[in-house]
Amino acid sequence: MKILIIGATSAIAKATARLYAEQGQEFFLVARNEERLLALANDLKVHGAGSVEHRTLDLTDTRRHQQTLDQAFDVLEHIDLVFICHGSLPDQEACESNFELAQQEIHLNGLSVISLLTILASKLKTQGSGTIATITSVAGDRGRQSNFVYGSAKSMVSTYLQGLRGKLLPFNVHVTDIRPGLVDSPMTAQFRKGALWSAPELVAQKIVKAIAKKQHTVYTPGYWRIIMTMVCSIPEILFKRLKI
Amino acid sequence: MKIYGWGKFPTVAAELFAPIDETALQEFIAEEQNRSIICRGAGRSYGDSSLAETIVSSRFLDSFAEFNSADAIVDCGAGVILGDILKLAIPKGLFLPVLPGTKTVSVGGAIAADIHGKNHHIDGCFSNFVISFNLLLASGEVIQCSQVKNTELFRATCGGMGLTGVILSARIQLEKVSSVTINQRSLVASDLDSCLDILDAHNESKYSVAWVDCLASKRSLGRSIVYLGEHGDDDNLQVRIRRSLSVPISTPSFLLNKYTMKAFNSSYFAIKGKNVDSRPVAYDSYFSPLDIIRNWNRLYGAKGFLQYQFVVPTEAGKAGLREVLTEVNSAGKGSFLAVLKRFGCANENLLSFPIEGYTLALDFKYEQNLMPLLSKLDKIVLANNGRIYLAKDARMDSATFKASYPKWEAFCELKRKIDPESRFRSLQSNRLGITAETTQ
Repeated sequence: MKILIIGATSAIAKATARLYAEQGQEFFLVARNEERLLALANDLKVHGAGSVEHRTLDLTDTRRHQQTLDQAFDVLEHIDLVFICHGSLPDQEACESNFELAQQEIHLNGLSVISLLTILASKLKTQGSGTIATITSVAGDRGRQSNFVYGSAKSMVSTYLQGLRGKLLPFNVHVTDIRPGLVDSPMTAQFRKGALWSAPELVAQKIVKAIAKKQHTVYTPGYWRIIMTMVCSIPEILFKRLKI
Repeated sequence: MKIYGWGKFPTVAAELFAPIDETALQEFIAEEQNRSIICRGAGRSYGDSSLAETIVSSRFLDSFAEFNSADAIVDCGAGVILGDILKLAIPKGLFLPVLPGTKTVSVGGAIAADIHGKNHHIDGCFSNFVISFNLLLASGEVIQCSQVKNTELFRATCGGMGLTGVILSARIQLEKVSSVTINQRSLVASDLDSCLDILDAHNESKYSVAWVDCLASKRSLGRSIVYLGEHGDDDNLQVRIRRSLSVPISTPSFLLNKYTMKAFNSSYFAIKGKNVDSRPVAYDSYFSPLDIIRNWNRLYGAKGFLQYQFVVPTEAGKAGLREVLTEVNSAGKGSFLAVLKRFGCANENLLSFPIEGYTLALDFKYEQNLMPLLSKLDKIVLANNGRIYLAKDARMDSATFKASYPKWEAFCELKRKIDPESRFRSLQSNRLGITAETTQ
């Protein structure tokens, strides 16, 4: 299988890529930090990857998306799986009083993903096969006081993916929306970790299975589907008073 | 955040940082000049050696840089877990030359504690197989250390409990094996003397370990089962993935009492207490039987437990071990099976634990009245020229440490040179007097 990973050095991407590397798959990795990309490329080779190419790209720079994705298709020729994993966790409080900051975060977590999806949709349509798997978040399921800038960007992507899924169906291209719960990664390093936090390795196993089974929306770990169903069923009159 | 070691005693309110890569870690050390820090790997040391107010985790330094099958060398980040090395190594006919009782320790932790395995009498400590490592010093400089390069620092860092700096990555020499099946032979020893006789008589056996029933008293004091092991010759190079069970929550500690433990130990001996000729067993059930129960530390309840591991020199062996076991026995403490091993020669490292002799590890559930017993045991160990393992220790006093680790002064002298402000310090190093109690 030939795999393009965007935001490849994120903890979830790395853990997932390792599982694919053990299967001997071929990779094209895209991320911002060269040092981390190189380290990951070596690591995947050690884990058994067939081949690993990589490019650095600041994903907020949407003007360069086309060029990098062109390179990925040139190198791999055919792409079976595109895995989009980049993102950042905004400082909610700071965003509330600073639109520019909120815009940056929504640009990175939402619009930059849609830019990639626009280009990828057209490429995979032409190819007539492939899977696009995108990491969104359970935070996108309902706007919560503590995290609604991130949540709204992620829910924008989720909604976009829902529509795109139907659009690409006739072209034999599958779209998977992966919604992780709380994952113990460098992005969330400053949080107090309780029982609901999961290791990226565990989340990765579920992702690989879900992609193989061509699932549509995946909650990982699975119990987050139940948690979010409960969260979404709280009447707004009560919910607006919850400081969660 | 509340953080603790594997024994869950003591706990500390600490800030935990987990830098995403080496550069981020270096930046953190450079920027946070007024913090004193200790590095933490997989959190498998038992006591307070990885505890401080600021803890830097090496868990995201978990990449492999190179795996050279021909020369049997692995180059990886300090946060890589030994079990992950085994997963890559075994299919290539390679194995870790030193494996502790669990596969879930990190490479950095293995070096910092200079861990030993069931083959110490033949192969020595983990540091024997460390070709080199990169160490981040308090000054921000990263230097490479090996047996021949920066030797002094190599010998201080292996066994140095993270007090010389942060180990970033390491090159490890692996061992070629034709099979990972372990041919295990069990020999029953009716008391301590016969246990030590068996261990001595089979000193050429690659692996050996004895499980001791430390609750048995009087004539069966020290009754045990000795497990000898050799690599098999059936060409089995399959990684074994066991389904492990997890203890989801801390169980009430009263469930572990004299009676339940006696019942457990007696049934263990009733089932396992027969001489069994060499038979093949899987490597992980030989080396790390407890890995099958994740979070087994929770069985000791919310207050946690302490592991008391000490070594006494060969000549003091029998008498010293008997004294300890008798003391534990008469106090009515003790635990599940204790582990007894024979150590080979000591190495050159300043704070490595092993010296030629016998080492015994005992688990005790934390109780208020446990400490006086352990202090008594310290005296017996000291009187027999023994010492206590720093990776397990949570309470030994400074005098005991200094009396039993004769190279402690050399260690402190070197530490003053490379870390004059004692930026790398743990609760343990403060307690042992390696670093001063007061923070700047």
